[in-house]
Amino acid sequence: MRDFSYLRATSTDAARQAAALPGAMLLAGGTTLIDLAKCGVAEPDTLVDITHLKGLDRIDVSERGATIGALAKMGHVADHADIKSRFPAISEALWQAASAQIRNMATIGGNLMQRTRCPYFRDPANFSACNKRVPGSGCSAIGGVTRGHAVLGTSDACIAMYPGDLATALVAFDATVHLGDRRILVDDFFLLPGTTPDREHAIEPGEVITAIEIPGSAAARRSTYLKIRDRQSYEFAAASAAVGIEFEADGRTIRDLRVALGGVATKPWRARAVEAALKGKVLDPETVRAASLLAVEGAVDHGANHYKIELAPRVVARAILKLGETA
Amino acid sequence: MTVHTRHGDALDGALAQALGGRLSRVDGPAKITGAAKYAVEQQLEGLAYAVLVESTIASGKVRAIDTVQAEAAPGVLQVLTPDTIISLRTASDWFGTPPPDKPYCPLARDITFSGQHVAAVVAETFEQAVAAAALVKVSYDETPSIVDLSDGKAGDGIPIDAMTKEWGDAPAAFAAAPVRICAAYNTPREYQAPMEPHGLVARWEGDHLTVWEPSQWLDGMARTYAEWFEVPFENVRLVSPYIGGGFGSKALALSHGAVAASAAKMLGRPVKLVMTRQQTFTGYGGRAATRQTVTIGADRDGMIQSIVHRGVNETSIDGMWVEPLGSVTSIMYATPNFSSRQNVVRVNSVVPGAMRAPGENPSAFGIESAIDELAYVVGIDPLEIRLRNYAEQDPHAKKAWSTRQLREAFAAGAERFGWARRSPEPRSMRDGNQLIGWGVAAGTYPVRRAYGEAVVRILADGSVEVESSSIDMGQGTYTILAQTAAETVGVPADDVVVKLGDSRFARAGVSGGSRLAGVMTGAVHKAATSALDQLVGLAISDPRSPFHALQANTLVVAKGRIGSPRGDGPDVSIAELLKSVGRDRIEATGDTMPANSTAEDRYKNYTTIAMALPHTEGDYSRYSWCAHFIEVRVDEDFGTVRVSRVVSALDSGRLYNPKLAESQWKGGIIMGIGQALLEEGIMDRRHGRIVNNNLADYLVPTNADIPDIEVISVGIPDPHSSALGGKGVGELGIVGVAPAIANAVFHATGKRVRDLPITLEKLI
Ligand SMILES: Cc1cc2nc3c(=O)[nH]c(=O)nc-3n(C[C@H](O)[C@H](O)[C@H](O)COP(=O)(O)OP(=O)(O)OC[C@H]3O[C@@H](n4cnc5c(N)ncnc54)[C@H](O)[C@@H]3O)c2cc1C
Ligand code: SF4
Repeated sequence: MRDFSYLRATSTDAARQAAALPGAMLLAGGTTLIDLAKCGVAEPDTLVDITHLKGLDRIDVSERGATIGALAKMGHVADHADIKSRFPAISEALWQAASAQIRNMATIGGNLMQRTRCPYFRDPANFSACNKRVPGSGCSAIGGVTRGHAVLGTSDACIAMYPGDLATALVAFDATVHLGDRRILVDDFFLLPGTTPDREHAIEPGEVITAIEIPGSAAARRSTYLKIRDRQSYEFAAASAAVGIEFEADGRTIRDLRVALGGVATKPWRARAVEAALKGKVLDPETVRAASLLAVEGAVDHGANHYKIELAPRVVARAILKLGETA
Repeated sequence: MTVHTRHGDALDGALAQALGGRLSRVDGPAKITGAAKYAVEQQLEGLAYAVLVESTIASGKVRAIDTVQAEAAPGVLQVLTPDTIISLRTASDWFGTPPPDKPYCPLARDITFSGQHVAAVVAETFEQAVAAAALVKVSYDETPSIVDLSDGKAGDGIPIDAMTKEWGDAPAAFAAAPVRICAAYNTPREYQAPMEPHGLVARWEGDHLTVWEPSQWLDGMARTYAEWFEVPFENVRLVSPYIGGGFGSKALALSHGAVAASAAKMLGRPVKLVMTRQQTFTGYGGRAATRQTVTIGADRDGMIQSIVHRGVNETSIDGMWVEPLGSVTSIMYATPNFSSRQNVVRVNSVVPGAMRAPGENPSAFGIESAIDELAYVVGIDPLEIRLRNYAEQDPHAKKAWSTRQLREAFAAGAERFGWARRSPEPRSMRDGNQLIGWGVAAGTYPVRRAYGEAVVRILADGSVEVESSSIDMGQGTYTILAQTAAETVGVPADDVVVKLGDSRFARAGVSGGSRLAGVMTGAVHKAATSALDQLVGLAISDPRSPFHALQANTLVVAKGRIGSPRGDGPDVSIAELLKSVGRDRIEATGDTMPANSTAEDRYKNYTTIAMALPHTEGDYSRYSWCAHFIEVRVDEDFGTVRVSRVVSALDSGRLYNPKLAESQWKGGIIMGIGQALLEEGIMDRRHGRIVNNNLADYLVPTNADIPDIEVISVGIPDPHSSALGGKGVGELGIVGVAPAIANAVFHATGKRVRDLPITLEKLI
């Protein structure tokens, strides 16, 4: 860790200006950033602390949807009564993430921006090759330890998995990110690695996430987040699924379905093929299992992460069937 | 038999104070309130901070170390390299074997593993040292490395003849047996992962060195420092009042300690060095990876005729670690024919070390899985087959067990668990998507015995003080020694102050191998008895004593008061008596060394492990025993294994404090659950480096992974094992947990997993 200066932003505009300067980084809960600074990955010259900005931690929920301020804490959002009733998948994605201590510190804006857990990315002293850290340096993961790496959305340059849970639920329900006045779909906010894995988000220097907005829907109201992992708590997903469902009046025919995968892709992964295959169908286990296989169409493994290709469709199917049971 | 539930401390209070009572940890409040000061929390005048630089290759030579930039960095006081650090002498090993007369350098030129210390930076602040350490540039001439046991270059290794155990004709009996099974069992590199990382504060005053360092063995580590720096043993003081977990990893002075103490000497200032969490994965050794093949020949009734066992563990390129893999194999079951041999293979790793039940733990994974496999082949209940092959005496030593309550453990555990309701077929129990499996396995750990020393003082206010250089790393030494002194002298435990963790106190051997409680309760009992004798002697014979006229030949001390056995005559407090006879204290030193021991014997006893008494010495073979009954739920789609129920019955002999013993057993069981399902050092084979070297990626169980654990004590006092009848507690609990879980997983799924940990991809 090297010396840096600390600046406490007094307004969102001031934060934007300060963050636009080279070497500046926004500091929210610090649970990702301080960790990466200790690993020698983040080397900010200036930390722009936005945690004292007023009004950015609001949680507004109405019939039309939810708007969650970027500084709202993960724990608060998870426990919010209206989020729990209207967007159960959002609450479940949050309370199953990290630990209680981290959820009390970490913010929604910071959560979207969390970085990959790729061990090579996190250890510059031992592994100099990492295209995400140093463009053009190569990828240490390919040919190495890949158990936690992505099977969807990978490129020759990078196979790092996006580890966040919340964003997986957000893409399922067409949420948007507010960057001040600019709005962008969460799905578009996250970029595929392609040849530029160093560029992870459609955010420009000096832009600040101010809120996320999730449109209300019947599917969001009947939704769940199923997270499968090696350890029961305090652990990233081996594979997860955010699923929301709306039935026709008969209570069996699927009118609307939302499916997104976590833990298996380079970005939060909307599984539209599964949605399309099941919309209009009557929910039954065989059909659901067959359609869920479409979730991993085009998946490519790197040996040790092969199990994710088997696991992800099963997680999707279980989540859909579980929502069906409550119909 | 007593059944204690997880939450039972209802007996706290007066009853709890006696030996055998459920007294809560006396060090608990200090730890919970933060008042307990750990070793590296010493704030010393002029403290400087050292940070290690580690090798990034696994094999080769350091070509050059460029320190120019680091030296110029703000706050830097010195940069230590193999060329600039002072030369030390090689110290003896823990057996006290005289070392080769050659220099020792804790910073390496020859690299034998990734993460080896090559340099260190010392600066005014910790942050400055961290920043400057990143500026040290090390270049290497790299050579190919041997990654692990499966590396083609690893070879068969070195046979360790001392590990060979053979009787009968095992290969012939195997060939002749009607039922034969043979399987290979592997355990990965595992790490102790104590909450408190390794580190120290070192200060020199002239040729006197004080080291504040978490330690499982003050006298042993003081000896090593003394030998490194060629100063008399008495000149080194180790201070370690609290230890945030050791699990075997804090028993020896390690190279980082030599670096910090050298830096302090060179600078003339106290130096603090704490490993980063990442460094704790390579700065010292975890449990060695192991491979075993277990071959069992049996008759159709499941009676074992022959066991042939071959084991291999990894060690480092220039260090030797033997993980005794035949230790449980050779004693658990009666067999007329037996053969166990072991090799050790050199790989480019830090030398592995002791981790909770070294040897017994992986050994039990092999034999306790194999006998389960045999049970299914012959169609006999896994509990029944263990009883059929019950060893009535030590099959290897051919001696009677001192006590072996294993049959009682099987019976008590099976009863509480409801084993009789088990449906024998694999995959025959389920709850929705969850396949349910029940598994059983036994565990054992030898009773390691040694000698100890303690000082007991009765002070003017009637309170009692106990001093010993032994330690408490959470197992409850403070508490049980207070109970021992309290009971022996006749005062409430609340009136006893126990002082541990300073090598200036009465000496003690290593706190490892589950021996400390047995050793130290004996020593404290002896010292306290002699203090009590002095007290009573004074009361009877001193003309100023109120008891003088009584002409009694003994007196009774209870609850801090002295009276006559019949209750007639005076009744005074200890404080009043001491005042009346004009004494401000009574002091007694007690040790359990043989009467004719020389000063040299004592030094050797406390600073090496060479004088430990074999557990099969004399007429008896001494072990602790346990039986684990475990239920797992395996999601048939996801392959995730969750332990949903544990009932364990354990024989640790007499329990000095059941609450603390249960807590240690449960801790061992929890660690066993981690070993079975989660823990594994994951290697980048190209770099020979463990990549999950942090607590987010090296998974240990969380509360959510741990079900209700019921432990049942089936022990009886064992007079052959220790002065007061206890056997080992701390390591026993983990032994047998992993095979019980693997056996339960087989019962649930029909899949036998022989490679730990049992992760979801192995079942999916
Ligand atoms: C051990 C561990 C386990 C974890 N497990 C999980 C898990 O299971 N699931 C999961 O989803 N997450 C998990 N996390 C990640 C955790 O959720 C994130 O660290 C956290 O949400 C980040 O929020 P923060 O406020 O602390 O962000 P910070 O660390 O303050 O910031 C993170 C990044 O976001 C940027 N940033 C912050 N706020 C804004 C803003 N308003 N606009 C633009 N940029 C911004 C910062 O500049 C920085 O680059 C885990 C983390 C740890 C350390
Ligand atoms: S997978 Fe991506 S993050 Fe990991 S080493 Fe390769 S380029 Fe870097």
